[in-house]
Amino acid sequence: MTGSELDVSGLPSYGFGHRSLMWWGTFGLIAIEGTLFALAIGAYLYLRSQSDTWPISAAPPLLLWGSINTLILVVSMWPNHMTKRAAEACDRVRARRWLLACLLFSLVFLVVRGLEFATLQTRWDSNAYGSIVWMLLGLHTVHLLTDTYDTAVLVVLLHTGPMEAQRFVDVSENALYWYFVVISWLPIYAVIYGVPRLQ
Amino acid sequence: MNAPDHAPRSRLKDGPGGGSREAAALDDTWRDPPGLLGWLAAVNHKSIARRFIVTTFAFFVAGGILALIMRLQLARPNAHIVGPDLYNQLFTMHGSTMMFLFAVPVMQAVAVYLVPLMLGTRSVAFPRLNAFAYWIFLFGGLMLYAAFAFNAGPDAGWFSYVPLAGPDYSPGKRVDFWAQMITFTELSALLEAIVIITTVFKLRAPGMTLNRIPLFVWAMMVTAFMVLFAMPSVMLASTMLIMDRLVGTHFYNPAEGGDVVLWQHLFWFFGHPEVYLIFLPGLGFLSAIIPTFAKRPIYGYTALVLALIATAFLAFGLWVHHMFAANLPELGKSFFTAASMLIAIPSAVQIFCWIATLGSGRLDFRTPLLFVLGFFFILVLGGMTGIMLASVPLDLQVHDTYFVVAHLHYVLIGGAVFPLFGAFYYWFPKFTGRLMSERLGRWNFWLFFIGFNAAFFPMHLLGFQGMPRRVYTYQAGLGWDGMNLIATIGAFVIALSVLLFIVNALRSLRRGVEAGDNPWGAGTLEWATASPPPPCNFYAIPVVHGREPLWVQPRVKSDGPEEGGQPAFTHVSGLAADARELLATTVLDARPDLRLNFPDPTIWPLVSAIAVTVLFIGSIFTPWAVVWGSIPIAIALTAWFWPRRPETLLHLSLERRP
Repeated sequence: MTGSELDVSGLPSYGFGHRSLMWWGTFGLIAIEGTLFALAIGAYLYLRSQSDTWPISAAPPLLLWGSINTLILVVSMWPNHMTKRAAEACDRVRARRWLLACLLFSLVFLVVRGLEFATLQTRWDSNAYGSIVWMLLGLHTVHLLTDTYDTAVLVVLLHTGPMEAQRFVDVSENALYWYFVVISWLPIYAVIYGVPRLQ
Repeated sequence: MNAPDHAPRSRLKDGPGGGSREAAALDDTWRDPPGLLGWLAAVNHKSIARRFIVTTFAFFVAGGILALIMRLQLARPNAHIVGPDLYNQLFTMHGSTMMFLFAVPVMQAVAVYLVPLMLGTRSVAFPRLNAFAYWIFLFGGLMLYAAFAFNAGPDAGWFSYVPLAGPDYSPGKRVDFWAQMITFTELSALLEAIVIITTVFKLRAPGMTLNRIPLFVWAMMVTAFMVLFAMPSVMLASTMLIMDRLVGTHFYNPAEGGDVVLWQHLFWFFGHPEVYLIFLPGLGFLSAIIPTFAKRPIYGYTALVLALIATAFLAFGLWVHHMFAANLPELGKSFFTAASMLIAIPSAVQIFCWIATLGSGRLDFRTPLLFVLGFFFILVLGGMTGIMLASVPLDLQVHDTYFVVAHLHYVLIGGAVFPLFGAFYYWFPKFTGRLMSERLGRWNFWLFFIGFNAAFFPMHLLGFQGMPRRVYTYQAGLGWDGMNLIATIGAFVIALSVLLFIVNALRSLRRGVEAGDNPWGAGTLEWATASPPPPCNFYAIPVVHGREPLWVQPRVKSDGPEEGGQPAFTHVSGLAADARELLATTVLDARPDLRLNFPDPTIWPLVSAIAVTVLFIGSIFTPWAVVWGSIPIAIALTAWFWPRRPETLLHLSLERRP
């Protein structure tokens, strides 16, 4: 071919953060899921605005397990952060150690999440209040479940699988998604546990 | 960057261009595998997009046939061709098909084909996800039509208002199929949006800065962003609906603290942006076609981009104007009236830019341009009635009448289908290598234009005279007979024109005039490669020096270093030709940044889509399907992700640290 060539053969073959495609894919998911959470919270507040009493024929959810779980989720950002750092240093040994810590955290908060459902003080089929509370908690729990499964797959991969640098990018972006799952919980926690206590 | 001595182990590198050993290797690398299994495993964006376009067009024809049956029924008073129950299914299926199975997905399908070519790259980002999105869409559409074939087609209207669509007034499975069809198609659209956004931001050819991105690509990217924020709303709403119907929740049940207007808010928070999801890609087609046939660059590029973005923002502030007949605060209605008027401003900016381009160009009246001019006429009429409907008193007068049917068809067919047909004529030579017949194209256009106006203009008047929507018949002597007959004749003229289009496309596929690379003398990158493009799109990735790269000559090397400047690069070299390696560039300036490995074809996206289909359809019949159905999905997705050793070894040989 005639003309002048722009030789790119020396470029790096991977990059972290917004240089990677995976970051943009994760960003898109976060935009979608964030919108979903915001709309579900909007639906909660809308239903509340249409009702004379709130919560409808139920006591507010018990604070104990929800608050403990919030604490666990917030603390889990620390092993998550260490995983992200290890991944970005392409340090396989440290990455799998911290990722395993994340996985243990996620098993704990999944168990506590079960206790949260048990102390909501209402059922999904009792009335609209029960429906939307179960919806909010259920939506977030689906994210906990998928993130736990993703993390488990990555743990196995870091121990057994064929590795290349791109897999560290995957671990790093999984950590980004984890941040989202934790941070998006805070407004949901405030709505589920706080709003029924407002006068 | 220019340090080949530091490059990884020597391999076959691209750069030499067509006809070389490297070009043949590139073709082998990017081609889909042979055989039936290979066909099912395909991930090349052009293969997936071709299937996607054909599938959406098949749904368009199916939805059109449903409309013809309705028009036959309404051609004269007291007709008995179909009964009220089937009629309810017909209009629901027609609306749902056209909105969810045709209008939005066809635009994304065309984008999946064209965007990588226009950006000068070899693939979309996430090619496997792209394949998965297609399969999910196909299965969702087939499920809806299978249900319809078994007399379980949805019958509560394309927007399925509760309480009619709720468990009390719509027992049976009909609305459940509708709600799950929403889940399928919106999942597909959301994934395609991620694919398009990532492709546009990261895979542009070097030199294609943000302000050189073709306007069609801008339109599709803005559309993709709108999808991200609009579609979750209808998915949430339809999930809540199906839960009300299947597991006894009370989101929309007023007796237990639920609220039916919640459905309307959630639905139209999606539904109004949906109109613009259909309309913005149409605007993108126009901005691609007009400069080519006016033989000059587009007037007001920056204004057009800003108008697209402004339209997207405003589209989220209009949803309540679909709900003026519901009991809402009057002040709120005034706000939404004002917002609805406001969106006329960016729309007008775009129309004036196109008129300026057309007015100062040398026009070449080929079929694509005819459809563009048809757009102007029809859309302006639809926009006028839109301004009428945005005002509360007038809206209440014509609410639920044929006036609204006329308005929405003027907007959607004028705003999206006319540009889409223009786009088919315009890019058909790129897709197939052959031009479509101009003579049949003119017949296609004029029959469509005349048939459309005959079918839908009388509906304005029918609406003023009080004919309600969604009635399966009407009595004689109300003064509606003549105009209904004209509308039916118009509908059949449209059908004839679409038939001519299909004949034209099939004939041209075999016997059309050979197109060559650039039959229209256009300026964007998709015309820089062969027609149809080779599996790798470009044997050498071009370097871009302007908005219409083919109309801009890069400075030749001779006035380069001698005069102290950089030599102008013409193309990229040094990407592996025997591995799926792609160039990623920076988001704003499109500087070369990374050489990325792309995944090979695989059957797992299809298997995953089948697993997801089992869960979605199973959940209509038992909520436990969500539990056991997620196990095969988890297995399939893990197998999809799990790296293969040979592929990893290949990537390792090309790996280089940042």
